[in-house]
Amino acid sequence: MVDLLPDDGRQHLVVIGNGMAGARAVEEILERGGAERFRITMFGDEPYGNYNRIMLSHVLAGEDAEEIYLNPLGWYADNDITLYAGVRVVRIDRFSRKVFANDGTILGYDKLIIATGSRTFFPPMDGMWVDDKTLTPGVFGFRTLDDTNAMLEYAQEHRRAVVIGGGLLGLEAAYGLQQHGLEVHVVQSGPVLMNQQLDEEAGAILRRVVERLGITVHLGKRTTAVRSAGTVSGVLFGDGSSIDCDMVVLTAGIRPNVGLGVVSGLTVERAIVTDDQMRAVDDPDIYAVGECAQHRGEVYGLVAPLWEQATVLADHITGADPKAAYHGSRIATKLKVAGVDLASMGLKHPEKEDDEFVRFSEPRRGVYKSVVIRDGKLVGATLLGDVGKVAFLTQSFDRGLPLPEERVELLFELAGPSGEQGAAEMDDSVQVCNCNGVSKGDLVACVRNGTRSVSGVMAATRAGKGCGACKGLVCDIVDWATGGDVEVDVSAGWYVPSIPMDKPTLMAACRERGLRSVSAVFSELAPDGEDAGSKMALASLLKVLWNDEYVDERDARFINDRVHANIQRDGTFSVVPQIKGGVTNAEQLRRIADVADKYAIPMIKITGGQRIDLLGVRKEDLPGVWADLDMPSGYAYGKSFRTVKTCVGTDFCRFGLGDSTGLGRDMEQRYQGLDSPAKMKLAVAGCPRNCSEALVKDVGVVAVGEDRWEVYVGGAAGASVRKGDLLATVTGRDTALRLCGTFMQYYRENARWLERTYDFVPRVGLDELKALLVDDRDGIVAGLDERMQVATDAYRDPWREGREPVTSGQFANSLPLVPLPRVPVRNGSVASNGGLPAAAAPFASGAGTADRTESGA
Amino acid sequence: MSAPEVSSHRLGPAHAIPVGEGRAFAVDGRQIAVFRPRAGSGIRALDAVCPHAGGPLADAQIDHMKIVCPLHGYAFSLSDGACLNGDLAVRTYPVREEDGEIVVDV
Repeated sequence: MVDLLPDDGRQHLVVIGNGMAGARAVEEILERGGAERFRITMFGDEPYGNYNRIMLSHVLAGEDAEEIYLNPLGWYADNDITLYAGVRVVRIDRFSRKVFANDGTILGYDKLIIATGSRTFFPPMDGMWVDDKTLTPGVFGFRTLDDTNAMLEYAQEHRRAVVIGGGLLGLEAAYGLQQHGLEVHVVQSGPVLMNQQLDEEAGAILRRVVERLGITVHLGKRTTAVRSAGTVSGVLFGDGSSIDCDMVVLTAGIRPNVGLGVVSGLTVERAIVTDDQMRAVDDPDIYAVGECAQHRGEVYGLVAPLWEQATVLADHITGADPKAAYHGSRIATKLKVAGVDLASMGLKHPEKEDDEFVRFSEPRRGVYKSVVIRDGKLVGATLLGDVGKVAFLTQSFDRGLPLPEERVELLFELAGPSGEQGAAEMDDSVQVCNCNGVSKGDLVACVRNGTRSVSGVMAATRAGKGCGACKGLVCDIVDWATGGDVEVDVSAGWYVPSIPMDKPTLMAACRERGLRSVSAVFSELAPDGEDAGSKMALASLLKVLWNDEYVDERDARFINDRVHANIQRDGTFSVVPQIKGGVTNAEQLRRIADVADKYAIPMIKITGGQRIDLLGVRKEDLPGVWADLDMPSGYAYGKSFRTVKTCVGTDFCRFGLGDSTGLGRDMEQRYQGLDSPAKMKLAVAGCPRNCSEALVKDVGVVAVGEDRWEVYVGGAAGASVRKGDLLATVTGRDTALRLCGTFMQYYRENARWLERTYDFVPRVGLDELKALLVDDRDGIVAGLDERMQVATDAYRDPWREGREPVTSGQFANSLPLVPLPRVPVRNGSVASNGGLPAAAAPFASGAGTADRTESGA
Repeated sequence: MSAPEVSSHRLGPAHAIPVGEGRAFAVDGRQIAVFRPRAGSGIRALDAVCPHAGGPLADAQIDHMKIVCPLHGYAFSLSDGACLNGDLAVRTYPVREEDGEIVVDV
């Protein structure tokens, strides 16, 4: 039968293959409005809707696999796609542009996509076949839903299986069959299990793990024949030995289905040869995608490259992006085989003389980790048994990020948020983002609803938008929930989400065009105009760039910066006056006490930064509080230089080696209030006893005697715990003071928005920082110091605004009817039940992130 | 069932709302925040209390589409009050400038 095309102005797109590649390509095409352009017909060899082949191992293992169907039959109808299920296209006539199917169907096409995938490779072996088309009963491939169901049925009544092929698929088949109570043997012709991904040592560890599960592994055995007496009764090996069995599964490789390409006159090598638009090189109207396509000599058998190919194909065929081009894929896989976590990417061992190779092996626990580094970039990694670092390594591998100096940090979580628990094992109810109360289940639901990028999920759920400590885990979970098919965030490198530029590009653009206000930046550089979520970051950047030439628009500021205080959960504010180096006097304390009385301040608290916090101040009282305090702002509310913690140093301490108190006070005086990408908390210690905790500060200075000072950078003891790196040991307190400023200016100019020094320092690398800031390799130090001087000269105490408000109603109450404060009030002098006065009831149960005045803002 | 009664309230001079910011008013027992986006036309009025945890929405950062609560980052559409990152919503109120004054219908 020949169909008659209704001429509705649309072209006819025929897709041969209804597997993961074909269906994904169609999904991508529809997403780009392809339905307006194409009438779509799909041919599927298998009589089902589209299913997720990767899930077959779960089906075999008897695990819940309800979601194996990617697109049920209804999806085809809903999208007006004609599906020929269980029909095979046998020939393409490229000259008359028709396809011929084995049920007699003949269809004309305008564009054609070949996505025929691949099939099980059956090596030549005596006894495997009954005839040309029929396998000996008891012999199985492991490729399709039918294969899997047939194996499941056969496994019910048989006892011993031999799996030929010790790669990923083989081990999954073995594990699955073992779950059904069979005795399972895996036979690998080479010396290493999963030799595509693992080197010998890792393969040996995997072997131990697999054997511990009760699966017998035979290495270096070439199978030569299947013994049968009507049904399978055993396998014979090249060395003359044999195993009796009643079931054989072939998992010794796959072969692309390219017969159709060959008979239709397309260029076929290992698979159908395509160009960068995924078109067959011989015919601009025929595309090939997935395992049947060969691009730049590579044939991919994994799902991630297939998604990338489908995207390019869809961009090109719909005209959404006529220049779309596929450049090949970097292969990073993360999988679970036989219950064991495995991640691998790039090289499995070093190939060049200068390649670095760092390995850790713990066979007893079944853990193996290795990384291969070339020219400072990660070019390969293998993680077996413990994949806690996979998110970080994958990012480094994909984006060529700088690596930590201590290479061991690539293998282990020495600092920073830990991903101890794998995303897969976590219960849905586990809270991932404690700041915003987002559970793993919330994240997974968001992915299921179609958001497939990390930034998209973070924006939709607000996970990771609090302290940020959970970002790594959020990445892991999104990665896991998308089945490794996480969409690459083009915006990941942007300074703000609304402007497609990284920080240096954006700074250069602002400088060149003379953009001095946030609204000017939006109107010149943001494609969609103003964005509330980008304002604060832009204000910070412009202030660093222009200092007192910055045109301050108050609406660009976060509320804290509009009223120079830290907003609390009930809409009141916290006021922290500057107490340099933590040193105060009776007169200041008396004034603070008077202010607390006069304004009925509900809580006075000593902060972690050696200052005094007045909490629960009404917005309208702020100007009065500041005037009566008559002290400068302590900046406990901004993304800025905060405070310098000190110990008593030489004045009183019998161990002091340097005047830490004096240096701390000078430092706080000099750098007070500087805007920066994230808050900066500092400390100076008078001796290595480190009472002021200088080793875990953004910048920490430690006196070591004879006017020698150690300067540490990148320390943290908050959401992340990290010991600072020793930038330099310098002679002279003024030199130490200056070096701290040089570092802070470099950080201000180069760090991403909200990137704390504990992320920034390892990202840039300590050696690089030393070369730049201590050795002045690139001659930038004088410029940094000069710009820091300009910035400090531009300093004005913001609390002076209290005398003359900048905007109408700057200090007007924003919750006019709510009697404030409504947070529980603790009174230090009154003992109460559990610390909460009976009358005080919390008015909201939300996580109070805003109440950490020294750190939250 | 009768139609709810709507009455107009004068909230004072229009210049009380700085460009790009919001201010809160007590109106007939309600708390209402009035905003003046930089772009677009005129002022907008929404509930002043964030339905998530009681945050003061008049202290929000805004753009021409949305306001963002300063406490936990919930964002609400200026046009219909729908939450852009959760299942919450705030009410919007008709608001206009008349003879240099803010007039809201509640």
